[in-house]
Amino acid sequence: MHVPVEVTVNGRRQSVQVDTRMALVDLLREQLNLTGAHIGCRTGNCGACTVLLDGETVKSCCVLAADTDGQAVTTIEALAPSPGQLHPIQQAFVDNQGLQCGFCTPGMILTAVALLKENPHPSEAEIRHGIEGNLCRCTGYQNIVKAIQYAADKTQGAPAAAGDD
Amino acid sequence: MAVTKLFGASVKRREDPRMITGRGSYTDDIHLAGTLSLAILRSPHAHARIRGIDVGRARGMPGVVAIYTGRDLQDKLAPVPCAWLPPNTDLKVPEYRAIAIDKARYVGDAVAAVVAEDRYAAQDAVDAIQVDYEVLPAIVEQEKATHDGAPQLYDSVPNNVAFHWVLNGGDVEGAFASADLVVSQTLLNQRLIPNAMEPRGAVASYNPGSGELTLWCTSQNPHIHRLLMSAVTGIPETRVRVISTDVGGGFGSKIPFYAGEMIASAISRDLGRPVKWTEDRRENYVATTHGRDHVDYVDVAARRDGTVTGLRVRTYANMGAYLSTAAPGVPTWLFGLILSGPYKIGAIGCEVFGVVTNTTPTDAYRGAGRPEATYILERMMDLVAGRLGMDPVDVRRKNFIPAGEFPYATPTGLLYDSGNYDGSLDRALEMVDYPGFRRRQEAARAQGRLLGIGFSTYVEVCGLAPSQAAGAMGFQGGLWESATVRVHPSGKVSVFTGSSPHGQGEETTFAQLVGDELGIPIDDVEIVHGDTGRIPFGMGTYGSRSVAVGGTALFKALGKVRDKASRLAAHLLEVSPDDIVFDQGRFHVKGAPDRVKTFPEVAGAAYLAWSMPPDMNPGLEETYFHDPSNNVFPFGTHVCEVEVDPETGKVAFQRYVAVDDVGRVINPMIVDGQVHGGIAQGLAQAVYEFAAYDDNGQLLSGSMMDYAVPDAAMLPTFEVERTETPTPVNPMGVKGAGETGTIASTPAVVNAIIDALSPYGIKHLDMPLTPERVWQAIQAREGR
Repeated sequence: MHVPVEVTVNGRRQSVQVDTRMALVDLLREQLNLTGAHIGCRTGNCGACTVLLDGETVKSCCVLAADTDGQAVTTIEALAPSPGQLHPIQQAFVDNQGLQCGFCTPGMILTAVALLKENPHPSEAEIRHGIEGNLCRCTGYQNIVKAIQYAADKTQGAPAAAGDD
Repeated sequence: MAVTKLFGASVKRREDPRMITGRGSYTDDIHLAGTLSLAILRSPHAHARIRGIDVGRARGMPGVVAIYTGRDLQDKLAPVPCAWLPPNTDLKVPEYRAIAIDKARYVGDAVAAVVAEDRYAAQDAVDAIQVDYEVLPAIVEQEKATHDGAPQLYDSVPNNVAFHWVLNGGDVEGAFASADLVVSQTLLNQRLIPNAMEPRGAVASYNPGSGELTLWCTSQNPHIHRLLMSAVTGIPETRVRVISTDVGGGFGSKIPFYAGEMIASAISRDLGRPVKWTEDRRENYVATTHGRDHVDYVDVAARRDGTVTGLRVRTYANMGAYLSTAAPGVPTWLFGLILSGPYKIGAIGCEVFGVVTNTTPTDAYRGAGRPEATYILERMMDLVAGRLGMDPVDVRRKNFIPAGEFPYATPTGLLYDSGNYDGSLDRALEMVDYPGFRRRQEAARAQGRLLGIGFSTYVEVCGLAPSQAAGAMGFQGGLWESATVRVHPSGKVSVFTGSSPHGQGEETTFAQLVGDELGIPIDDVEIVHGDTGRIPFGMGTYGSRSVAVGGTALFKALGKVRDKASRLAAHLLEVSPDDIVFDQGRFHVKGAPDRVKTFPEVAGAAYLAWSMPPDMNPGLEETYFHDPSNNVFPFGTHVCEVEVDPETGKVAFQRYVAVDDVGRVINPMIVDGQVHGGIAQGLAQAVYEFAAYDDNGQLLSGSMMDYAVPDAAMLPTFEVERTETPTPVNPMGVKGAGETGTIASTPAVVNAIIDALSPYGIKHLDMPLTPERVWQAIQAREGR
């Protein structure tokens, strides 16, 4: 069964017909061609599909697309303030090599955005607990933790620049 | 020559901008118009005869386009090939069909395939297929599988032994006969599941007009995939193109050639429509290869002063239900050859039984054979030390191959290139303040606290090569690597490499080499990889070989480009080639720096070709196929400090120090990252990860809820340093860094925990050392 959904994705209002059991991540990837949210497990464990829904992180494999009616989704594609520019957390991931294969990275970065919004000066332990829901198999998390710390130090407590909607 | 400004610099990765903005191009991101979605029905039984398959109801479901059983594809696909056939082993390669025909042999074996208009419809139809199974007794444990009366997987593989491999060097019997003491231990090296974050997948698009198959797939070695796909489908190699541009981690699990990509390709050819298959995580757990799974019986012969004189290993390696692409090479050559480690051991004997069981096939997993060998050596060094009342550091030092004895020939037939084992050990001991730790440990014990320290001094064999050795080992391919350097008329450069990075950052490190060797800005360089339609035939990325083999191929191709450009510059400047000096991208006349042609000017002249030397053809493009003379041998010392809580058995990591020597380093930031990730995986084997099967062959740890892939809070911060001992095997002096961490870390962690538990008289526990296992061991010793 299909239902109509009105959802704002990356600031643009979308009117779509979705299968009632379709996951948000499939709507993003298959219908809206936003392939930055990756599917690593479909069971809510790995976090590669993390996006912001009304400013909060969700695992988009575990949210029904039909339930997002009237809500706003921000994906990794819209995190940077403008083309050619990077969000401070994206820049921190580059500067500290917070990624290798890049598959977990979009979810990891959006989780970091939400983490720093909630706690602008986290300790190392708080960062490690804060990203527990996002798995990475390449980095041992060391440079991810470093990148988030670096971003926190750079922004000096200022709220994250984008992805706040 | 190579020592210029980019070599050795932590250049920021050029891969990152697309990846941090969600614009990578992974296989599942490929959307072709008219694509059908493929879902595979997998056996829920570990061993079962397939009496019948009823697809009637499934076929009529909405969106379903076609359903295939094993019989439907029997004539369209040859069996899944095995590409490593060790000689003199009585090897039996059982038939491995992409979709099982009469019998399923593990939970996850493909039984039928559905293609439908979308993934949801395909999955619904899979659930509606009725299979009549006759469930047969299953066998999971490899040693039991060899016993008389055990369930047999194949008539053609008696006692389930697919091969028996023996390697002997030196007088093993003599060493044991004359030993002061023999230390024996059975070591279980548990089965692990690689868990690359990107599941495997394939998008197959067959064009009936041109007869061409384009296959996007998650591969560490696209040309090997192309070669094997051509072999199983009969489509000529010239009409198969394999593309693996962005690959979300591999760790060995994306080396093999699998049923999934075969089925997708065969169906696309059959229907003339693109077919996409992306495994879900459950499929990844049951149908992507696993790693390790050894039972090792180990004896060490030693003298009273701690000198190890002999090593004897009898191994039962669990191959799973079929022999995967490279699988027979992993527990044999990649394991047995390196059993000398960093030690001068005069006699080494190794025999390996490769056993088929009703489990997921095993194959290479990060380190592949070398972690298993290192675990044996490093655990045994501690057991020898314990028996003799010696310090584990002293036993290691006593047996080290001295720095002055390289190249060193091991009794197993390897020739170690270079090493300074004391150097890395000294630095690691300094970092952890070893005497200080022992004092703290003693004080803590007096308070009932359990501190422990563990060492791993390792050497590994990587830069997998040369081809002659590959042939002697039965690997059905060469182990060289290729590079083409194409200079465009503007002076910008494209490199086409056979190395196939999937997280290792070669788009950056290889560009650093180009920048240095041609004196051009790194922004003028593009590195092209992972597309058989664009690159020369290449062997791919595994065995920490990209820089040592592929990087050297590039280095030599760059040398050829520079030579030709230099001769052309001499011609244009009307001087002898001997009078040309090349400096930072400029060819100038010796003694006359203002008589100059820049690299872009020479490149342009090579394509205009208005004025060429008489013996020179137009264009500026060179290819080099590099086959090294030897492997390379990184080494180092890892030290782990832990505290064990006796009340809960929980292990807290206090410190982790790694001093590695991977030869010269192109990009320290990238090497550090490789080492961090490697340590994390090896540490996780020591304390967290275990592929658990029940006796019926059901995978109990078959999801991310049940299998402990570590999250950020489960890992400590690693302190990483390096010593630098160049290899003479290649002109850059580089070794490899992709696997050192995984090879080294597992025994360092286990040794630390056993050291912490030594007040209880505990000498060994098998991995993973979970809180429950540690707590049980403490309880047993306390006699409660």
